[in-house]
Parts: sequence; structure tokens; C-alpha cells
Amino acid sequence: MQVYLPIAEMSVNALLVLGMGGLVGFLSGMFGVGGGFLMTPLLIFIGVPPAIAVGTQANQLVAASVSGVLAHWRRGNVDVKLGVVMLLGGMVGTVVGVWIFSILQRIGQIDAAITLSYVFFLGTIGTMMMVEASRALIRRRAPTAKRGKLHRHIWLHGLPLKMRFHRSKLYISALLPAGIGAIGGMLVAIMGIGGGFMLVPAMIYLLNMPTGLVAGTSLFQIIFTTAMATLLQAATNQTVDVMLALLLLIGGVVGAQFGTKAGGRLRGEQARLLLASLVVAVALKLAFDLVMEPNDVFTISTRMS
Amino acid sequence: MSAVRKGAGRLWSVRIAGGLVGLLAGVFLAATVWAQQLVADLSSHLIAITTGFTGTEVVLFGTTDGAGDVAIVVTGPRTPVTVRRKERIAGIWINARSVRFEQVPGYYMVATNRPLDQFVGRPVLERHQIGLPNLQLGPREQLAPDQLALFRSALIRNKQRAGLYGITLGQVAFLGERLFRTNIYFPANVPTGLYNVEALLIRDGEVVSAQTTPLVVSKVGFSAEIYDFARNQPMIYGVAAVIGAIAAGWLAGAIFRRV
Repeated sequence: MQVYLPIAEMSVNALLVLGMGGLVGFLSGMFGVGGGFLMTPLLIFIGVPPAIAVGTQANQLVAASVSGVLAHWRRGNVDVKLGVVMLLGGMVGTVVGVWIFSILQRIGQIDAAITLSYVFFLGTIGTMMMVEASRALIRRRAPTAKRGKLHRHIWLHGLPLKMRFHRSKLYISALLPAGIGAIGGMLVAIMGIGGGFMLVPAMIYLLNMPTGLVAGTSLFQIIFTTAMATLLQAATNQTVDVMLALLLLIGGVVGAQFGTKAGGRLRGEQARLLLASLVVAVALKLAFDLVMEPNDVFTISTRMS
Repeated sequence: MSAVRKGAGRLWSVRIAGGLVGLLAGVFLAATVWAQQLVADLSSHLIAITTGFTGTEVVLFGTTDGAGDVAIVVTGPRTPVTVRRKERIAGIWINARSVRFEQVPGYYMVATNRPLDQFVGRPVLERHQIGLPNLQLGPREQLAPDQLALFRSALIRNKQRAGLYGITLGQVAFLGERLFRTNIYFPANVPTGLYNVEALLIRDGEVVSAQTTPLVVSKVGFSAEIYDFARNQPMIYGVAAVIGAIAAGWLAGAIFRRV
């Protein structure tokens, strides 16, 4: 069944897009990540212009994070105060990101910039996760290994503007969560991802937040950064295709339900190791595309700049 | 006195007007006679892009007043296009050089009843922009001819890959000596706007008759509404997209809570 996408100005197979949404939704439900980092490359692969893939993905993520946060909210796993502080930084990051995006689009470097940021972030985070998960697996077999310190004091914790976050039992500088939020916002705008895969480790390792609150709080602030990114992308770059977003959404929501159930059967370290391999594989594929000589070194664009 | 002069003046103006009408009538008649050498029309003058649009075919049919060759040239709306060349910089391929063409048809297709070089010469092809080599694209930058040719051919190659420029000549089929028809295919990614469908009758290497028929490609229905909404009120469109997504997420959360 073919469906015409009014903004991307192309016709796609609805079942294919639904299936892609379902697959990514399944994986995101299984591993508890947004899955944007998989969806954007997939969309580009089926011929959706990268700029539209990113803008639309932001819109789809609004819905995904709303439905995700509901479950966490009911269990009281959202630190609203910390989320709001992150959000303030996130807003600034999103505005800066969309601005950078429009400049890159004008000078014709947006595709390379999107791919490069994917290779960099996915490669770094994926490798770190892989090392960490393998260590955890090995540690389990050799339980005599030393236990690390619970709280490490680094220079980041000496920043001014200290605030107390009761829910997370933290007393830290507000600049820290705001800064993490700002980087997340930029990722949403430039890469079309929620940034959960970067926010979650940052909140655990830099803020020392209780792990139980991390997913809900990061999703809470992702709702707002993705909403902001959607708004700005629609207004400045006109790259949000609601028809495509709707298809992805339906597939994603259904897939996520099955994924969550499947994820329950996986052990933590195994799941993390699998996710890490997936992330690294995507990064390698994208890096390969950048280095390989393209079939045609010429490209055309009809978008008005 | 003045009344008489006025009367004479009026008489003169009537005569001039009468002469003009006669002249116009003559021109019109001549044009009609000239145009009657070839008459062509399309099976449809509107291609409607709906949500289920997957491309469509339009039949062009017509008749000539005798032997001769027919060339059909379909040209889409002309817009600026930027052609970029990737270069290897620090090991990766990124866009480097770019050339902007100001007058690039979004769609271009030529159909004839036999190969062009068998019945028409270069000057006529160039004058009427028949065939990809004779298409004028309006490059903006001043470039060395060999460089420009490289970007020009890359532009055409990319358009052909997208299915928007004909790779080969289309076939005009004659039924008997006078009746002809051809099928023009428009793919799903066909750009919207006003198209020109030109039918040319060529005898002894010269265009003896030409007829231009307009064709409109337009988004209609739901997809048109979304497109116009996004273009004309981008901010409100963005707000609507966000509200829709929040509602959808909420709904999904509510539905699957019970599952």
C-alpha cells in the first residue's frame, strides 16, 4: 500500500514504514531507549531526505516519550524539579541546534553533518557501553573483583548555583543538569534523536542520580525538547512530515509493547551488550558510507535556501 | 465647424478601428489555418496527487494534415537547482564545489515517431529545446566550459535516476498516416506546477506547426491541505504537529495500560 508523503514529496510503502516503526519500537521497548538513533538512518536509507527524517523524527519522539513517561509517572519515577532544570538548558540547546541545522542546510553540509555526528556519538557511547557491559559480565563470573567507590567527587561538582533536588537526594550545581539538557537539545535538533542514550549515562555517572529515576526524568525532559525541536524545525526549515510521523508512531507504539515484554526476559548485562553491539554496528555502517567513494559524487537539491 | 471636424475625426477613428479588426481577423484566420496542420490533446489536463498517488500515465493523441514527423516535448515548471560535488576531504566524502542552475525543468520528456537525427537538424533542435543536449538550464556561475558540462550532465543524470527526465526517447505511434498517440508517464515524485506539453509537426527538417497544451500537476485533498498548511502557516503547523503527537502518545499510553 503506497502512501504519498506531502512534505517529503515522495510515495512510500506504508507497510514498510509501519514495519520499520514496529521494529525500532520493539528494540526501544526491549532496551528502554528512544530508538531515534536507529530510525533516522533507516529513513535516510529508504530515500527520505535526511533533513526531513530528522524533523519528522523529532515529532514522532514527542508521542513516544509522552507514552513512555506515563508509565514512569504512575510509578513516581520522575524528578520534576531536576527535569525542569534540564529542560531550561534543553530549550537553549534546541534553539542553537536548529539554528546550526539551518546554516548547514543552506551551505549544503547538513547530510555530512548528520552522518558525522551519528558516527561520533554512536561510536563513542556504543564502545563505552560495550566495554562496561562486558566488564559486568566478566565480573559476574569472578565475583571477587573490587567494588568501585559509590560517589566520586570531581571538579564538575564544584560548580556554582547549587540546588537541592529532594526527589533524587542530590545537592548539586544547577549548571550540571542544565548543561546535560543543552547537549541533549542540540542532539534532538541536529540528529533527530531524543538523546536518551547519551542523557541516561550522563545522569547516572555525572549527576549520580538514583538509577530508578533516570529513565523517567530523561523522558520527561525529552518530551519538551522534542516538542520544541518539532516547532522550530516546522517554522524555520519546514521539514516535519506529519503523515510520516503518524505511520512511524503507530508502528512504534505497537512494537514497543512487545519489546517491553521481550526485554523482561533478558538479563541486564546481556541486554546492554546487545544494545551496545547494535549501536556500534550502526556507527560502523555510517562511517563506512562516509569513507567509501559514493556511486555518484554529484547530488542535486531543489530546496530553496 | 468644430462639430464637423469632430465628425471627420470620429470617421477616421472608425476606419482605423475597422482596418485593425480586418487585420486581426486575417491574422487569426492565418493562425487557424496554420494550427490546423496539427491538432493534439491530452486525455487529462490535471494530474491530481492524492494520498494514494503512485504515478500516472497521460495519453496524448492528435492528428496531422498529412505526412510528417511529430515530436512531443513535455516540460515541467522551471525552478532553481543546486548541483553539489562531493570531494574527499580528510578521508571522508563531503560536499565541496556547487553550481546553481536557475531554470531547471522539474520534469522533461521527449517523444518522437522515429530517431530525431533522421528528420531534423541541430539548429531546429536547439531553437525548440528538443532533447536533453539542447535543454537550456540557465547556469548562474561563470565556469570553464568543461567544468560546466560536468555539472550539467550530473544534474541530468540525477534527474534521470529520479525518473523525472527521460532516459530514452519516448515513442509516438502513428495509426495510419495522420493519427498519432503517445503515453507520457509521470512518477510518484513528480513536482507540482504548470506543465507545457508541446506537439511539433516537422516536415523537411522544419517545424511547420506547433501546439502547446497546458497540463497541471497539483496536490489535492488531504495531502494538499497538509502541504499548504505547512508552507503558509509553519508555526501553527508545528504547534498542531506537537499537539497531535502528545494526544497520540497519551492515547497509546492509555490503551496499552490495560493490555
